[in-house]
Amino acid sequence: MTIDYTQFPDARGHFGPYGGIFAPETLMAALAALQAQYATLKQDAAFWAALAADLRDYVGRPTPLYFAERLTAAYGGAKIYLKREDLNHTGAHKVNNTIGQALLAQRLGKTRIIAETGAGQHGVATATVAARLGLECVVYMGADDVARQAPNVARMKMLGAEVVPVTSGTRTLKDALNEAMRDWVTHVDDTFYIIGTVAGPHPYPEMVRDFQAVIGREAKEQVMQKEGRLPDALVACVGGGSNAIGLFYEFLPHEEVAIYGVEAAGLGLESGQHAAPLCAGRPGVLHGNRTYLMQDDNGQIMGTHSISAGLDYPGVGPEHAWLKDIGRANYVAVTDEEALAACRDLTRLEGILPALESSHALAYAKKLAPELGPDKIMIVNLSGRGDKDMKTLAAVEGFEY
Amino acid sequence: MSRIAQTFDRLRRQGRTALIPYITAGDPHPDCTVAAMHALVAAGADLIELGVPFSDPMADGPVIQKATERALAHGTSLAQVLGMVAAFRRQDPHTPVVLMGYANPIEAMGYVPFALQARAAGVDGVLTVDLPPEEALDGYLEALKTEGLDRIFLVAPTTPVSRLQAVADQGAGFVYYVSLKGVTGADALDVADVAEHVAALKQHINRPIGIGFGIRDGERAYEMAKLADAVIVGSALVKEMEGLQGAPCQQVVERVATALAPFRAGVDRADEEVKG
Repeated sequence: MTIDYTQFPDARGHFGPYGGIFAPETLMAALAALQAQYATLKQDAAFWAALAADLRDYVGRPTPLYFAERLTAAYGGAKIYLKREDLNHTGAHKVNNTIGQALLAQRLGKTRIIAETGAGQHGVATATVAARLGLECVVYMGADDVARQAPNVARMKMLGAEVVPVTSGTRTLKDALNEAMRDWVTHVDDTFYIIGTVAGPHPYPEMVRDFQAVIGREAKEQVMQKEGRLPDALVACVGGGSNAIGLFYEFLPHEEVAIYGVEAAGLGLESGQHAAPLCAGRPGVLHGNRTYLMQDDNGQIMGTHSISAGLDYPGVGPEHAWLKDIGRANYVAVTDEEALAACRDLTRLEGILPALESSHALAYAKKLAPELGPDKIMIVNLSGRGDKDMKTLAAVEGFEY
Repeated sequence: MSRIAQTFDRLRRQGRTALIPYITAGDPHPDCTVAAMHALVAAGADLIELGVPFSDPMADGPVIQKATERALAHGTSLAQVLGMVAAFRRQDPHTPVVLMGYANPIEAMGYVPFALQARAAGVDGVLTVDLPPEEALDGYLEALKTEGLDRIFLVAPTTPVSRLQAVADQGAGFVYYVSLKGVTGADALDVADVAEHVAALKQHINRPIGIGFGIRDGERAYEMAKLADAVIVGSALVKEMEGLQGAPCQQVVERVATALAPFRAGVDRADEEVKG
């Protein structure tokens, strides 16, 4: 039986057993209002036309689909195309979503924007649209991430956002999300919470997916133009999974296109020091939805490790959990070391410095390309640029920064 | 009739408002929790709310977040919390115990095994902050109902009338009214606002109403007791546990009993004025 992927999530926000609305009571009315507003806007051609105009004139879309010839030769197999989300305004795919949600916030009459951020890319993208629309903006960021992603913290401040370091729990993305939820519960009347990934209570996973799906729509058109056929494989990194679902969604009905989501194996899956809930976790409830989580036997969420702050999260979007269970997508993991090697490869061979998050996708492409062979085509989502990671990279490579 | 319903029934006949203290199980040390529960009863608790620690308490303010971290540092698990209730129950067959926490530890144990063990331990009700009535339909409600456990749901200032029916239909025991838009322990209690909402709530739900969040002192307990059937005190007690890691349980017990006293006095004063 073919699945109509557009029918998911269902009216209660479920992708099979995943997703849903596991939120505190105080937020239920706000979430219902958001669902109603988004359901109306989803059918509103004028809204999507306004969004498309912003994506063209402000973000710089469509982003190129670039044939990485030297990388292809080096990896010795399938032709590697890069979807250049790193060329978006603010340097990553995150802005595709923040532009859409900010328009929604305006329609709901909210004057204050909050967001959580890991690597800082979503925080920057949120601060950017808030500045453009003249909205107050507060970004929650784990205190450890504030330290390792300093350039993005400075950018957010420059854009007029208040950056709040979160010192509770593990001081990373999950704790930033907790703190953003606490803010939202407290300021629910005037505040819109722009969630940065395809997780959280319904309708966020659906909404963020819809805003990011432009990646796959463009990629499909571009690959048809360049190659006259669909690709054989898609590869994208998965933290919460927004760039991945953005690339995958358009291709889901095309069963002949193999799909690979790449999680962060950190120091290795066997070490326990990783951020790969789909590869090594099990289902549970966190941050408003049911999904695969890294948790112990007692249901406590475990600390994660990844060299990339954007993947350093113990959960994952519920649609990915579902795609894994039904077998439509494959989820794999690569280590910090493999990601760093792929980061070096792309920088030296193509003159493109990828984000450490995106480097995970490249690292898997390195393994997959020879397996597929030279007559095959793959698209790798280059979800962001690596400027923000220079401090980490300089420390690894051993030079001053 | 459940132990919770019996308790509210008895208190109503006596013209009294229930005082419900909350403490986080395992804070400051798992060995002291059962003794602290008995001390709370001796100091005037009518029901006890026992917090099940969770790593990501997104509806809690800093005081309970820190208590949770202290409890988790000692490895306090849901299974251990049930053990604490069983130990409490051996000496106190009367005082209802409500577990308050988040969905995931219960999901990890499994709804049915949890309900069976909770019942066996002597738990009376369960309040799961991030499991609203909409999500309770996939096995959670049924498991609790089967074991005779009361499902306690929250009602917030933002809850529309259209949702109250679900709370009324699926809940049991009492309704927990969240007094403010915010996290536990917030300092934004608005008595007039609570009075208005609780009066409206009584029009729709024929069940005892408890008020919690932000009841920081005896005076506020007094104000809230005039409006509702129960007053819930959490962060103000939990704050007393700070700095007691490693302290003997006797000290913990004395501290928590002393801290509850002004709340009991406030509630009693309201009962004397309004109902007495």
